[in-house]
Amino acid sequence: MSATPTADQLTLDIASVRPVSFVSLVRVELRKMADTRAGLWLLISIGLITALVMVIQFWVGLANDMHLTFQDFMIGMNTPMGILLPVLGILGVTQEWGQRTALVTFTLVPSRVRVLAAKFVGLLVWAIAALIVGLALASLSNILFAAMSGDSAVWGVGIGDLARYLLLHVLGLATGFAFGVLFLNSAVAIVIYFVYSFVLPGIFAIGAQLMDWFAKLQPWIDFNDAQSVLIGESGTGKQWAHLVVSGLLWLVLPLVVGVWRAVRAEVK
Amino acid sequence: MITVSGLTKKYGAFTAVDHVDFMCRPGRVTGFLGPNGAGKTTTMRVMVGLTPPTSGTVTIGGHRFADLPNPGRLVGVLLDASAQHAGRTGREVLAISAATMGLPSTRVDEMLEVVGLNATEAKRRVRNYSLGMRQRLGIANALLGEPSVLILDEPANGLDPAGIRWMRDLLSSYAARGGTVLLSSHLLHEVEQVADDMLLIDQGRIVAGGDKATLLASTHTGALVTSTDNAALAAALAEAGLTAAPSGAGLSVNAEPLQVGTIAARHQIVLSDLRPDGGGLESLFMSLTSEGQRDVLQGDPVPAGASSEGAHR
Repeated sequence: MSATPTADQLTLDIASVRPVSFVSLVRVELRKMADTRAGLWLLISIGLITALVMVIQFWVGLANDMHLTFQDFMIGMNTPMGILLPVLGILGVTQEWGQRTALVTFTLVPSRVRVLAAKFVGLLVWAIAALIVGLALASLSNILFAAMSGDSAVWGVGIGDLARYLLLHVLGLATGFAFGVLFLNSAVAIVIYFVYSFVLPGIFAIGAQLMDWFAKLQPWIDFNDAQSVLIGESGTGKQWAHLVVSGLLWLVLPLVVGVWRAVRAEVK
Repeated sequence: MITVSGLTKKYGAFTAVDHVDFMCRPGRVTGFLGPNGAGKTTTMRVMVGLTPPTSGTVTIGGHRFADLPNPGRLVGVLLDASAQHAGRTGREVLAISAATMGLPSTRVDEMLEVVGLNATEAKRRVRNYSLGMRQRLGIANALLGEPSVLILDEPANGLDPAGIRWMRDLLSSYAARGGTVLLSSHLLHEVEQVADDMLLIDQGRIVAGGDKATLLASTHTGALVTSTDNAALAAALAEAGLTAAPSGAGLSVNAEPLQVGTIAARHQIVLSDLRPDGGGLESLFMSLTSEGQRDVLQGDPVPAGASSEGAHR
């Protein structure tokens, strides 16, 4: 027991211990996302489902004698990634509360903001790894498709396109993370995220058709729609402004409110 | 080492912890005793920053818990042994804590051995652990960073008698090396045998506190005495103005054992048994945690020298 005090020492010598570094916190969070069956299978399934979608797209393309390019495969990947990365973002936060491990985590690291930041960085690392795997699968599909269809492979994807592709999925992950922090409950956060992601765009579209004033407002508050600037053709400055403004509403606001609450709330 | 001053925690109209003040000293085991819902857990949660207090402060070694640079290396905490991811193995739970604190993984194996979880058990998922195994894992987790302060909430819950004995020895030797231990329990006997100091809490208030011997002395209302000639002794006691009533094989006297012994010696009466009556922590515990009798027992305690703790056992 090296740190044991003598009986007359009433103060703890805090200079003798090294503070917990942010890098080791991130490493711990990375590990916590993969050290349970549930976490590990979520990560594996992101790869497997993406591969499955590629295969389907590949055979449909061949059967219909289509001319698929690298960009087509990249866009095909948006569906599985667009669903699974937000789920990863949600579960990455909520599992700590759901399994009550927050009790131990926050007694080891009292700064909850640091823990949440480390979680986000850890999730980002996993997400980028998933996206790289996705790009590798898309490349492989493109090469194989060219070989089997007899056409020459079309790449035609610039750095700008790749950056927008990355941004699209990082935003998806971050939005999931924000919903997770806001609700601190896996089931609630996932359900509400899917309502936001699949039901709300339809309601917005109907509202825009029925009401003129809403049609003008809608681009500024529809974060899902605004993200189309990140897919395919590069958009206008105004479209980017839509992305930023609607992002403040659906990503930044829940994140700020959620972190504010998580830092103050009692950890049960 | 742990100083709690004026701590209050309210949930709406309900006051869970009500102006609590106490101190836990190094080299001693402090038992935190009270019925379920008395405020023990809330107090401990406030100590480690999981629950914000309504008012008051807690410092550990002079620092707020939140200001400790690497709390796990200074303060070992076990609040709820079941608050672990059911899908992680026991070893992984400790490995994560060790990685957070910046400790080598060899430390994990050391602690597994200390708490008696073998290699097979350590590889099992926490979901398959008994409550006793979870407690052992939780204690290993608390001890991992070689802290000098331990805060343990109901650590004996779910341990078998051998496990309780093991924990008692562990904590005693930990305190003997200068560590500060605060452990809570709603079971008197768990605490009584290991604690040097005791705190009794009921309905959010500390109703009694101090070192165990003094507390025990405060519970005695008289003496139980048996002699070879009870009739003669009764007469001698009556002569001294004391009341002696038959009780079992002996007499119950409204005086300190010392006083009774002195009178018996003066009259050359042979005593076969002499001990404090009406005492014991159990009666203290029971009376303090039931309404109405609180004031009587908080009244002036009799001198510590007058009691013999050993005679109780």
